[in-house]
Amino acid sequence: MSITTRRAALFAGAGLLALTAFAGAPARAAEETLTVYTYDGFNADWGPGPQITKAFEATCGCKIKWVETEDAVSILTRLQLEGPSSKADVALGLDLNLTADAASTGLFAPRSGELPPLTLPVVWKDPIFVPFDFGYFAFVYDSEKIKNPPQSLDELINGKGDYKVLLEDPRTSTPGLGFMLWMKALYGDQAPAMWQKLNARTLTTSKSWSEAYGLFTKGEAPMVLSYTTSPAYHITEEGTDRYKTVAFKEGNYLQVEVAGRLKNAPHPELADKFLAFVTAKDFQAAIPATNWMYPVRDVPMPDSFNTLPTPRKVLLTSPETVRDNRKAWTAEWLDAISR
Amino acid sequence: MAGRDLALTLPHPPTAHRGWWVPGALVLAVIALVLGGSASALLGAASHIQNPLALLGDAYLRRIIQFTLWQAALSTLLSLALAVPIARALHRRPAFPGRQLLLYCFSLAFILPAIVAIFGIVAVHGRSGWVNQLLEWAGLPAAWPLYGLPGILIAHVFFNMPLAARIFLQRLESIPPESWQLANQLGFTSRDCFRLIEWPVLRASLTTTGAMIFLLCATSFAVVLTLGGGPRATTLEVAIYQALRLDFDIPRAVALAVLQIVLTGGLSLVALRFHHLPATSAGIRRLVRRPDAGSGTVIMDMAALAVAVLLVVLPLASVVISGLQGPILVSLMDPALWRATTTSLAVAGSAGAGATAAGFLLLLTSRHLALRLKQGRAALALEFAGSGILVIPPFTLAAGLFLLLRAHAIAFDIALPAVALTNALAALPFVLRILSQPMREVAERYDRLSASLGLAGWNRLRFLELPLLRRPVGLALALSIALSFGDLGVIALFGSGDNPTLPMLLYQRLGAYQFRGAAVTALFLALLSLGLFAAIERGIGGRGPEKDR
Repeated sequence: MSITTRRAALFAGAGLLALTAFAGAPARAAEETLTVYTYDGFNADWGPGPQITKAFEATCGCKIKWVETEDAVSILTRLQLEGPSSKADVALGLDLNLTADAASTGLFAPRSGELPPLTLPVVWKDPIFVPFDFGYFAFVYDSEKIKNPPQSLDELINGKGDYKVLLEDPRTSTPGLGFMLWMKALYGDQAPAMWQKLNARTLTTSKSWSEAYGLFTKGEAPMVLSYTTSPAYHITEEGTDRYKTVAFKEGNYLQVEVAGRLKNAPHPELADKFLAFVTAKDFQAAIPATNWMYPVRDVPMPDSFNTLPTPRKVLLTSPETVRDNRKAWTAEWLDAISR
Repeated sequence: MAGRDLALTLPHPPTAHRGWWVPGALVLAVIALVLGGSASALLGAASHIQNPLALLGDAYLRRIIQFTLWQAALSTLLSLALAVPIARALHRRPAFPGRQLLLYCFSLAFILPAIVAIFGIVAVHGRSGWVNQLLEWAGLPAAWPLYGLPGILIAHVFFNMPLAARIFLQRLESIPPESWQLANQLGFTSRDCFRLIEWPVLRASLTTTGAMIFLLCATSFAVVLTLGGGPRATTLEVAIYQALRLDFDIPRAVALAVLQIVLTGGLSLVALRFHHLPATSAGIRRLVRRPDAGSGTVIMDMAALAVAVLLVVLPLASVVISGLQGPILVSLMDPALWRATTTSLAVAGSAGAGATAAGFLLLLTSRHLALRLKQGRAALALEFAGSGILVIPPFTLAAGLFLLLRAHAIAFDIALPAVALTNALAALPFVLRILSQPMREVAERYDRLSASLGLAGWNRLRFLELPLLRRPVGLALALSIALSFGDLGVIALFGSGDNPTLPMLLYQRLGAYQFRGAAVTALFLALLSLGLFAAIERGIGGRGPEKDR
């Protein structure tokens, strides 16, 4: 008898434990919490997140809760999956390419207030999103392993050279998406054929920029799709100019990273305050030496940025074109690379 | 037998089994509610209905289907082809040092969380893993890259070859000693033994084991997601996940799910009938002397066992070694690890308790149908309904649940309970397999006694059923908790960032290349799930099974 009672108690105990663990999850703090969805690298220890959190929390009397997705395209997918019931106040890390797509979900609210004068290479007219940094996609290579790097995308795809590259998936990652648009801008209907050629050179297609870049710095492949600004990190932080990029003959594709407030944000005022903070000097000053991108305001830059190549031509596709074709072009890409 | 017939001729007190249909109906209702709710939410959210056959016109999708079947077929062939010589070697050499340990590692492969095993495989076969370090040291070129088909095959063989080898070994041990005596007298060679004695015994289980392995590999998720190495190596199961998670394309996900059910559904039901559970205790081993156990087969056996060590033992060992070399203190003091542990315990505890309770209740009714009402078919149909859930891809089920709950604006509070619910349903077939036979035996043996004692309802449950069913119930609970605890499936759909389970945390750390931190997490997860399994099985099931009888 005592044995069965003990068993029953064990059963009940296990059930109870399970219940309390569900119920006891969040202990509400007195002050408001702003929930910001972003990509993993932004809030990494080495990213801008920690510094920005400190600066904003000092002025707002609130807490920031970062929710990270694997890479920036996943922010949008996750918001779509969660729908209007999402707890997100702000989405930070989508890019210009995705703005029309994101606007068409109806999940975002128009931005309020005027933007300060910006140092962007394009005129900013978007009524919803606030730009917070920009950069140019580029292939970063290890100069100890590649002596004659390709000078153009055409050479990368069709040239000789026995090296592999690391790419990102356009379905999860904004660099991946940007590169898909880059290929499409240059090759149009020939893009699938070029993807198939590039296949032979591709080591793997990672789901996020940080995964691909991690593989690159570990030496898995001597070349990775990243930004013209990436070498600045290695110069400033590691004191080495081993990692370099090339401004391609055909030009490089522009990325502008943006933030936006959700229409159903639980804390709309706080979210607007945060969006105003995004283009403020405190936020902007953190960008160059943590996110290794160009800021959108005139702030002091690390010296290493002076050594970076400038694009010969800036490539860009209109966000509306991306919105109308993203699905079809992604299917085309998938088909080409899985052959 | 006589006792049973007698029990059936004696009339039961009319009150004893009046509510016999209630427990089964309750469980059926819950299953129907979950399935129906999920399906209606999916169809409601789909802007249009996509014809699954139209997907076959999509060249990419045809390649996915081809790849799904191709890798599953290769994995099955490899697992079986390796399992046969390994089982023979183990049977031929019943007493070499390390044999018990090897068998123990073989059973671990079944309960070990997939993501832990994947970690071990990367540590051994990855680019900077042990194999390549050895090759480099020997001045040889590095082995082929792990990610892609090779990684998928290595992992599938890791999970399935030990299962097959154990089944085959059991079959070989079931060969009567007389056969071997005869073989000795006739001076059989190894080949004769195989052809005339072993093959006839193995052949039957070769097809059923093969079908089961094929099914497991065709629907495998965590392995393909982590070791597939990008979009080139994708299976249907991963494509469903991607349709939901990457494209947010519900019509496509539903159409893919229908394709998946068509492709693997029939096979699942076949495999389910033959599903072998992990044998926790070795059967009675007859010591036989085989004519081919001499030195002539030593090299062959050593080669087979070396392959087993390379493919199964080394990844397990690397989990332990890398874990012990990692930053143990720092990792153990990380609050994220403990939050994830609490989450995992809550999810797995509820899933395991739910699955065990549901299985028990369902079987109370089906047992009554089969034994007391002699409605064998109805009983089978009822148990079938409980297991049939296996054919539905868990992502589709979970996505439907998610959308259903999202409509009520409670989705992310409820994500974990939704994971627990889908895990419970996934474990239900195993629970039914474990409990079905013992529960019938209890009824056959004790129905008459309890009728004469007037033992019924709660009292019968407490004084008769549970004490007698301690061991199977303990095993069912332990197994369903362990399976849910190590699961990296449905949680990958919901759990980004804020509230990961332990396997999800490990997956995130592997993705972020925090290899050393991941090493400690992997070992922690492995020890916890094995400890949990052993503690529950022993704690509820009583002391070691062999001492019990």
